[in-house]
Amino acid sequence: MEHYIGLAIRAIFIENMALTLFLGMCTFLAVSKKVKTSMGLGIAVVVVLGISVPVNQVIYTTILAPGALAWAGFPNADLSFLNFLTFIGVIAALVQILEMTLDKFFPALYNALGIFLPLITVNCAIFGGVAFAVQREYSFTESIVYGVGSGIGWALAIVLLAAVREKLKYADMPDGIRGLGSVFMIAGLMALGFQSFTGIAI
Amino acid sequence: MADTKEMKKALFGPIIDSNPIALHVLGICSALAITTKLETALVMSLALTSVCAFSNLFISMIRNHIPSSVRIIVQMTIIASLVIVVDQILKAYSYEISKQLSVFVGLIITNCIVMGRAEAYAMKSPPMMSLLDGIGNGLGYSFILIVIGTIKELFGFGTILGFEILPLVQNGGWYQGNGLLILPFSSFILIGLMIWAIRTIRPEQVEPKE
Repeated sequence: MEHYIGLAIRAIFIENMALTLFLGMCTFLAVSKKVKTSMGLGIAVVVVLGISVPVNQVIYTTILAPGALAWAGFPNADLSFLNFLTFIGVIAALVQILEMTLDKFFPALYNALGIFLPLITVNCAIFGGVAFAVQREYSFTESIVYGVGSGIGWALAIVLLAAVREKLKYADMPDGIRGLGSVFMIAGLMALGFQSFTGIAI
Repeated sequence: MADTKEMKKALFGPIIDSNPIALHVLGICSALAITTKLETALVMSLALTSVCAFSNLFISMIRNHIPSSVRIIVQMTIIASLVIVVDQILKAYSYEISKQLSVFVGLIITNCIVMGRAEAYAMKSPPMMSLLDGIGNGLGYSFILIVIGTIKELFGFGTILGFEILPLVQNGGWYQGNGLLILPFSSFILIGLMIWAIRTIRPEQVEPKE
């Protein structure tokens, strides 16, 4: 149990998706104008990461990894070069299924998250999470913890950034830096803050 | 066939006038994470430019046959196949760099520049122009990456591409390396400053007050 808590804390704080690994930056900077929308997007990312990381982990270990096809009678097959294509296909399919399921069974949730779901397919945080989990050879349980944890970390970061940006509306900045330039700098300072978690040993 | 002026615009426009990173906020993830050394930045720029150019070319060639309901999946498949080719080439010919770039080569698939150009430009334009547009946007991305990579490597480690330019104090020279620039987050500040500079030169890019 301790091992999993450690892994979750690592995924949320020490290796924060957005501020330490710089993944999912495009949406992170573009959709962080309001706290409310970024909260919705954050929850959607947690859900999609929590499902797609373990699913891809299972697919990789049973089909794609070198020698993984032994159960089907191909002990020498190595399909690992197909990994990117498979991951992105699985992510796109999962997002689509999730969207349809939500629409059918939880319309209220669908209305809240709906517009963000298609955006998530191209969010590098999802793909990065999957790629890291496979590269580090996490087990099935570990990949669930890692997926959910890194999603929470990303959601935390985007909500914090949105909160700062809402206040910044009242700041009087030079013309050139207003908008995007200032957002980059804020994100940089926040990343500096998260850098201080690096020293924590688990 | 478009005239020379239009072709020039497609090729060089994205470098300053409509830079994908500085104006459209696209493809930032990799720009931030791998620019610590100029070498990795160069390889990454090359990989992205080629993927972007060829995905634009191929998507534009088959654009009239793609049903619009499945176009995202088709684009994804083309881009992912190209990225796999790039990844395999890197692994074969420069294994060290491919280790350093780790998952970021794979992340070219989800790099919004490639997707964005395929969706916004290649779906509507003839193959030749799309190819140029792909190369142009790749160059715009490379421009930011190379500037940031040069600043970080020169002032952080005192070297450019591994050659010593400013001799470090540790090696008996006079230059004290700037430790802050080595840390990844400094790319944020540097890109912020670059956006400021570009918008000072091109005031029409300034965002309106809310």
